[in-house]
Amino acid sequence: MTQSCTRRDVLLAGASGSIAILASPSLLAATSTLAATKIKHLVSPCGIKATLVQDATVPLIAVEYAFGGGATQDPSEKPGVGHMVASLLDEGAGDLDAKTFHERLDGRAIELSFASHRDYFRGSLHTLKDCKEDAFDLLRLALTSPRFDPADVERIRAGVLAKLRHDSTNPASLANRKFFEVAFKDHPYARQAEGTLESVPKIDVADLKGYLRSVIAKDALKIAVVGDIDPEVLCKLLDMTFGGLPASSNSTPVADVVAAKPPQRIFIPLDVPQTFVTFGGPGVRRTEPDFMAACVVNHILGGGGLTSRLFREVREKRGLAYFVSERLVWMDHSAVFVGDSGTRADRAGRTVEEIERQVRHLAEKGPTQQELDDAKSYLKGSQIVALNTTSKLARTMLQHQLDRLPIDYLEKHDSVVDAVTLEDAKRAAARLWGGGLLTVLVGRSPVP
Amino acid sequence: MSDRSSVTANTKEIAARAFPMTRTTLVEERTRDSTTPNQYGSHEGGVLAQARWDRPAIFSLQNGLEVVVIPDHRTPVVTQMIWYKVGSADEPPGRSGLAHFLEHLMFKGTSKHPPGEFTQAVQRVGGYQNAFTGTDYTSYFQHVPRDQLGKMLEFEADRMTNLVLKDEDVLSERDVVLEELNMGVANNPGARLIEQMLAALYLNHPYGRLIIGWRQEIEKLGREDALGFYKRFYAPNNAILIIAGDVEAGALRPLVETSFGGIPLQPRIPAERLRPQEPPPAAERTVTLADPRVEQPVLHRYYLVPSARTAVAGESPVLDVLAQLMGGGINSYLYRALVIDKKLASSASARYEPTALDSSLLTISVTPEPGIEFGQIEYAIDGVIAGIAQHPARTEDIELAKTRLLAQAIYAQDDQAKLAAWYGRRLTTGLTIDEIRGWPDSIREVSAAQVLAAARKWLDKKRSVTGYLVKEPTQRHAERR
Repeated sequence: MTQSCTRRDVLLAGASGSIAILASPSLLAATSTLAATKIKHLVSPCGIKATLVQDATVPLIAVEYAFGGGATQDPSEKPGVGHMVASLLDEGAGDLDAKTFHERLDGRAIELSFASHRDYFRGSLHTLKDCKEDAFDLLRLALTSPRFDPADVERIRAGVLAKLRHDSTNPASLANRKFFEVAFKDHPYARQAEGTLESVPKIDVADLKGYLRSVIAKDALKIAVVGDIDPEVLCKLLDMTFGGLPASSNSTPVADVVAAKPPQRIFIPLDVPQTFVTFGGPGVRRTEPDFMAACVVNHILGGGGLTSRLFREVREKRGLAYFVSERLVWMDHSAVFVGDSGTRADRAGRTVEEIERQVRHLAEKGPTQQELDDAKSYLKGSQIVALNTTSKLARTMLQHQLDRLPIDYLEKHDSVVDAVTLEDAKRAAARLWGGGLLTVLVGRSPVP
Repeated sequence: MSDRSSVTANTKEIAARAFPMTRTTLVEERTRDSTTPNQYGSHEGGVLAQARWDRPAIFSLQNGLEVVVIPDHRTPVVTQMIWYKVGSADEPPGRSGLAHFLEHLMFKGTSKHPPGEFTQAVQRVGGYQNAFTGTDYTSYFQHVPRDQLGKMLEFEADRMTNLVLKDEDVLSERDVVLEELNMGVANNPGARLIEQMLAALYLNHPYGRLIIGWRQEIEKLGREDALGFYKRFYAPNNAILIIAGDVEAGALRPLVETSFGGIPLQPRIPAERLRPQEPPPAAERTVTLADPRVEQPVLHRYYLVPSARTAVAGESPVLDVLAQLMGGGINSYLYRALVIDKKLASSASARYEPTALDSSLLTISVTPEPGIEFGQIEYAIDGVIAGIAQHPARTEDIELAKTRLLAQAIYAQDDQAKLAAWYGRRLTTGLTIDEIRGWPDSIREVSAAQVLAAARKWLDKKRSVTGYLVKEPTQRHAERR
């Protein structure tokens, strides 16, 4: 996707929660029906809350929802429980075994998926409008009465383990895993949502059920819906689907944490032609006043597209790498910035040096006025471009709820970006990158 | 997600590429994408009886540029994609990787617009641009607010003929491509297995090499190679311009005339794209890629089968249904047999790639469980295939396979960029607009008897290569043997 400053939590979570920054109504002409439609806030008779954009242009409905908790609620000795739950909810529920459940989904072209992110257990449902009753009913079954039949648990476990075995020699996976371990030590954010080769074999059905009981509840639920459905019908379906869930979750509190202080360098030996480099450090929390300034300078240093300083200096000018980028990752209880690159073993030293030089330069001098203006212009314009599908809009509306932004944030976004001054940008750059980098290298030899 | 593209992948994409167990990543690069057509119609007693997409507007300029317009008025955004009918299979011998290398170099500026200007114009308005290369096409695209379309047309038309290449840019970009090769192939034993399997499967056709090319040939590519290829293949009469989004053909036409109309046609573009063709396959092949980094073995089998263009009428949709029936989802025959019933594997899938100018592939991928021998896996695969080739599949299974395929068509309605890519891939691999729009109906017409006949005809082991990804024993271990 295009906006690295808006990417949240992608490294561990798998599916991205990229929030698209939103559409400026002034730029949305009368022809725009999707993004210009006002977001409605609904409360069902059972008290289920959701945001809705009703749009009948295509006969589809996209539902995105999240329960608070996520991978932080995995037992500390058994990371991966939430991920196993997410992988098993559509493998049989109620009277339907896995085979029948999938036949029902496939036969009506219903797309149902679940994922365990760091702070949230998330789900999405895509359905044709004519199949919405069946779609919501299958979702209800999955959330309220998953079967966890032993054969299915073993089958899904086998798939999780196969991927973990594969990842155990994958440079990108090794580097990301290590980065978060070092950054967050014994905090739950240090753990991988997928678990480990040691933890996954130990997970039993009681763990899965325990996770469900503590996380899947009405009090920590956020929902966003976009598509061809009217509010009354949606309220009924929301009640039917989520109304029977327990009123309150039983989550273990998660402490706020600041990522480990750079500079630090860690080397993981692996005999591969290309050294993988992950770098990062403490970031800026979503709730902090400097958050948008951090987004702006992050775009300048390593954001999407082909114009960032890192892209220009590391790739375009020097041909050192195919990919080099950097993004902000914010969580409920912390924040980091993280970047990646890859370069052949004998150029790893030069590449790391160049990245460090760029980071230091921006931290010391700040961006130029032109860079600031261009970045702000990008951040404003990219909202429209990013919100052009039903499911992208729904994901964005959910992300705004998770970030505790007001329902009219779409309309306010431009002014928040506009308010960032050169001084703000310099301050944010100094804060983000003034301390240097926590770097993880995976490759043939350590960089001197 | 996995054609060779100019701009970097994020980590998630890297992880996806690095895990080609259920989806054969590098094969997708060649003939990818079995998703997202533009329309769908009713399905007997089924749920897919929804409104159809409008037929896209099409027109062409006097210089031969074909233009396809796909309206989507939900947001004030447009997607411009230009597709050149040239890909890695059109490279001269000894110059593998040239089509993709040129795609990278197309971002180096023109006589009119210095390097970076195009990209900055896209970025400043919040847009996004990139490019990718396939075996049969090279495509460049931008997503921008609709009021930027005129500017985008002008930039894209400009770089069709005015590219300026400096030696230092060419050399540093070659290093970038070599790093792309390192990331996608050299660092990834699974990708190297696929590279070797394609080379073994295609005895004569250039599809036998990866789009990115062989390292020793990439290392020698230079400015003259790139410019020669550019002058030979980049021309209005070898391109299709697809505009999707908040735009109408009537309003667009004068803009396209202004920007592209003055570019002369290139008389040397051949009327037909002729590549060396495959002889009838005569021998079952196997390939083993051993690497110390392999912690999870994988087995793939690739069959040489017709593409949508080369198949006789109606046969390509039969292969779509056959692949779904065999390996689409947990109720497919391979998954049920290997993963659920026999517990030999943790995943099993199959896939057919219809978009290719020449012969395409039907692929099977299996992740064996620890301790399971490849022989057991192959025995089970052969059993599933024999079953399909001997007994007509159950009607309800065929119907579910069709619904899964048609569902992709429905969800594509939501994404103008997907629709544009769906058309582009098919138009550049020899299909017509009518054939593309007729795909859902042709899927509905597939019968169990046709599926049986196709399995018998095409899933012949002589047409196949089977690949094994295995852990290489350490030196000491090998010596002890």
